Amino acid sequence: MLRFLFRRAVLAVLVCLTVLVISFALTRLSGDLAISIAGPNATVQDIEIIRKNYGLDRPLPVQFVDWAAHAAQGDLGRSYLYHAPVAGLIKDRLPITLTLGLTGLCIALCVGIPLGIIAAMREGSALDKAIGLLALFGQAMPSFWLSLVLIIWLGLNLQLLPISGIDTWDGYIMPGIVLAFSAIPALMRLTRAGMIDALSSDYIRTARAKGLSSARIVLKHALRNAAMPVVSIAAVQLGFMLGGSIVIEAIFALHGVGYLAWESISKNDFPVVQAVVLILALIYITLTLLADMMNAVLDPRLRTA
Amino acid sequence: MSASILSVPRRSRLPAVRHLATALGVLIVGMVLVIAIIAPLIAPHDPFAQDLNLRLVPPMWMEGGSSLHPFGTDQLGRDYLSRLFYGARISMTIGIFTVITSGLIGIALGVVGGYFGGRVDDVVMFLITCRLSIPLILVALTVVALIGSSLTVVILTLGLLLWERFAVVARTTTMQVRNLDYIAAAQAAGASRTHIVLREVLPNILTHLVVVATLEMALAILLEAALSFLGLGVPPPLPSWGLMIAEGKDYMFFSPWVIMIPGVALFVLVLGINLMGDGLRDLLGAGRIQ
Repeated sequence: MLRFLFRRAVLAVLVCLTVLVISFALTRLSGDLAISIAGPNATVQDIEIIRKNYGLDRPLPVQFVDWAAHAAQGDLGRSYLYHAPVAGLIKDRLPITLTLGLTGLCIALCVGIPLGIIAAMREGSALDKAIGLLALFGQAMPSFWLSLVLIIWLGLNLQLLPISGIDTWDGYIMPGIVLAFSAIPALMRLTRAGMIDALSSDYIRTARAKGLSSARIVLKHALRNAAMPVVSIAAVQLGFMLGGSIVIEAIFALHGVGYLAWESISKNDFPVVQAVVLILALIYITLTLLADMMNAVLDPRLRTA
Repeated sequence: MSASILSVPRRSRLPAVRHLATALGVLIVGMVLVIAIIAPLIAPHDPFAQDLNLRLVPPMWMEGGSSLHPFGTDQLGRDYLSRLFYGARISMTIGIFTVITSGLIGIALGVVGGYFGGRVDDVVMFLITCRLSIPLILVALTVVALIGSSLTVVILTLGLLLWERFAVVARTTTMQVRNLDYIAAAQAAGASRTHIVLREVLPNILTHLVVVATLEMALAILLEAALSFLGLGVPPPLPSWGLMIAEGKDYMFFSPWVIMIPGVALFVLVLGINLMGDGLRDLLGAGRIQ
């Protein structure tokens, strides 16, 4: 097991380093960053000044090493737009994105797992098919469009929820629902598959033979065994949600990390963009590493893998 | 993730319902494809022609609508039905070409990793892990913002980002095929590695890849719409469905159809592709690798 954990940790570190390179290289894609920052109406002199001031006249490897060394110490550079340290900007906004992501994940788990269990218990029935179809509907729903429809329906027509901002806690509900939509199909399918496997196993037959109530069998014995892959996919989904919340934050005007990134992209504030890419990637790497390690600890069969 | 893609649902007790759903999916995708191809022939108006006297005309089934503009007009008085038809071209182009690009990358990586194993496979797994850890939409938005928005840029960006599921599935299935007797027979007969990979492995994992292709096509279409919605996808005045929703957003409270029509079109197309993919998985699943 130690060997597995070690290999997994080494992989995570290597991926972190690669992501560091990618997030730096990404903002240099246009060829000349100074021209992108200066905008279309800049003169040659403007571009030259920008290039000097931001240190963009140095060779790329020097710029990268400089940035990476500072990033390793928690200094992600300064925002061109806010004239403030990027790390502080992200720190201020991260709680909003994390709250949104966790709200989305909670909603997704509360809907996805029960649906998966019901589908597995009635495998092959019309109910199972209906739930499967529901998952396809969820998959096909464009999240930005669903946001607008919910704003019109829940916000404007029924006036149940605020249509933007998070002045009150219920401001998280609508964006949370939208975010959950993308994760529900995967969670549901996995729960269903795991439960079908578990329900057809010997220990369930024994439990039935012992005369345990069927609710007890399903919830206590089968679900516990089906839960493990669900936990790891939940971690992965949370990572995807944090990355994908950019669209939803933009629509609902939630000033989280996604909103910051969107704003920075449209205003050429590249130190912020590369920092957000890096942070979101690091969060994802950490989440999946934790999930894999937890699985290895919980499931002896995985340790030899 | 690979397990959920490869796991084949058990034989349905309601085959008729399943086939109906698959047929519906094929019908939807086929219809959108035909509309996309013959859009210039069937569009009632020029999708770019503005008529500022006829702005935000409701669809014909609503009060104030007319059969001149069956789906109404947008905020610039452009015929909505014509824009919808031309938008189908953009979605289908994005879907097909993104899948070709990402499929080539992902299948090549996956087959090589799965066939050769060992260090080569470690590298492939590493690349897949890297790709999964970078935030998709954020990176796509940044690339489009830096290089400039056009249909080609969106296709290439999405194509270079959406290959990981192809790679995962190609790798797993290749590993299963590699140890089968006919591969050993081909090796014994002196076939080259290239020959074995192209003629023996690929045809036998193709069914799984087709299913992945449908999933990725649906995802690419949704992503293009999301990018265009955020203003960093297909540039205006092209009638991308995502862009139509973005442009209609400011008018949605009083004229909800401006976002409902392109939104429903997008939803139905993606649902159709997914229904088709789901059906294919069931149909092709019978001959799957054990």
